[in-house]
Amino acid sequence: MYPVEYKYTKDHEWILMTGATGRVGITDYAQKQLGDVVYLELPQVGRTLVPGESFGTVESVKAVSELYSPVAGEVVAVNTALAEKPEGVNADPHGNWLVEIRLTSPGDLDALLAQAAYVELVK
Amino acid sequence: MIQSPAEPLKQTPLTARHRALGARMMPFAGFDMPVEYAGLAQEHLAVRTRAGLFDVSHMGQIEIAGRDALAAVQWVTSNDASRLSINQAQYSALATDAGTFVDDVLVYRLGDGHFLLVVNASNVAKDIAWIGEHCRRFSVAALDTSARYALVALQGPLAFEVLQPLANFDLSTIKYYWFAHGEIAGVRATISRTGYTGEDGFEVFAPPQQAVRLWDAILAEGRDRGVMPAGLGARDTLRLEAAMRLYGNEIDDTTSVLEAGLEWIVGWRKDDFLGRAALAQQKARGLGRMLVGFEMIDRAIARRGYRAYVGGANAGCVTSGTRTPFLERSVGMAYLPVECAAAGAEFVVDIRGRMQRARVVPLPFYKRPRG
Repeated sequence: MYPVEYKYTKDHEWILMTGATGRVGITDYAQKQLGDVVYLELPQVGRTLVPGESFGTVESVKAVSELYSPVAGEVVAVNTALAEKPEGVNADPHGNWLVEIRLTSPGDLDALLAQAAYVELVK
Repeated sequence: MIQSPAEPLKQTPLTARHRALGARMMPFAGFDMPVEYAGLAQEHLAVRTRAGLFDVSHMGQIEIAGRDALAAVQWVTSNDASRLSINQAQYSALATDAGTFVDDVLVYRLGDGHFLLVVNASNVAKDIAWIGEHCRRFSVAALDTSARYALVALQGPLAFEVLQPLANFDLSTIKYYWFAHGEIAGVRATISRTGYTGEDGFEVFAPPQQAVRLWDAILAEGRDRGVMPAGLGARDTLRLEAAMRLYGNEIDDTTSVLEAGLEWIVGWRKDDFLGRAALAQQKARGLGRMLVGFEMIDRAIARRGYRAYVGGANAGCVTSGTRTPFLERSVGMAYLPVECAAAGAEFVVDIRGRMQRARVVPLPFYKRPRG
């Protein structure tokens, strides 16, 4: 269910690294808690983030939830196709990324949860 | 600081059923209630296109009976209860002296001198105290009979054909906002053609001990037709599409019956009642603000509590808002100054720091097609 190559936050985001950049999304647990996702507010490309900073919101019919960056870095891509069809967050939470971040301090990854620890957290 | 221990959550007679069905549960008005089962949007669409079954046993029941029952109900509620035949119901308000809401209620006439008020779960204690205090001069008894009833609502275009085979009489004899006594699935019940979704449907009052039997029989009968259990989440989005007011959102003791756009529940032609003078004065002077429906022009969702602005000035507040599953539009209701409240008027909503455009539209957002 939760891919082993991903890193996770306690706020239920995931990050998948490819070289110097990582794609960020929300976990299956998060989408289940939210229910049907109907709106995504995502940042502009070029925005710089620090770990834990809100970079947007995900909204279901009944609630708004902040999205928090797992790492420091610059937003280099935004999944605008997903923003047009936000229900993709429910359908495939671990396949549909929200933003891609070029990390400024790769050491940030060490502070994140490995798959086993995240699975324990949401058990 | 010393905190009083939290009250244990109350259960409805169907709480165990909801858990068995895999519902996500949430505390609501002191009850452990189902928010959703298969998913809010699916349940919402089921009610619009087929039917959904709701447990609304948390709702309160207050019975007013005695020689002066009609006079007492006429005094404490805004609508004209003298127009009710036995077995007929009406929407009404328990209004304060200021014409604002103690609660909004359904008034059922059970007999000449016997009325049943269905009230919001969170307001039962307040309502019973209010009625007691304001009915001292009448020869009546007002009793909280909430524990005597389980209440389930079957709502949607297929509600009739699902419920009829379970009934021991012809349900088509029950017209909109009327009710009858009979049996559903062998359970003695009072069945009313009412609801809170904007669809045709029935609300079934039954003894708590028989609630599980009733619930299971309706779901079994409806299974092949796509009927599903529906939670409080869908109930809220359905009522919003139908522009039905929610106590605590659109209406409370700071909003008047007229501001809420509910003059049709003011019995101007009956004798004096609580709130009448204030409402008459408000009507004569004209309203300062009123409840409007709106849809978002910008792609964002305006939610309860967000501020509305017109021409840069703070103009009011959103009372309910979401992106609704059936219309798939971002809509809501808000209080705006009357001069900004005409259909087509534009305003902006502060959505977490961003000013997003909205437009006033007529209510309701959704009206069911009538055959």
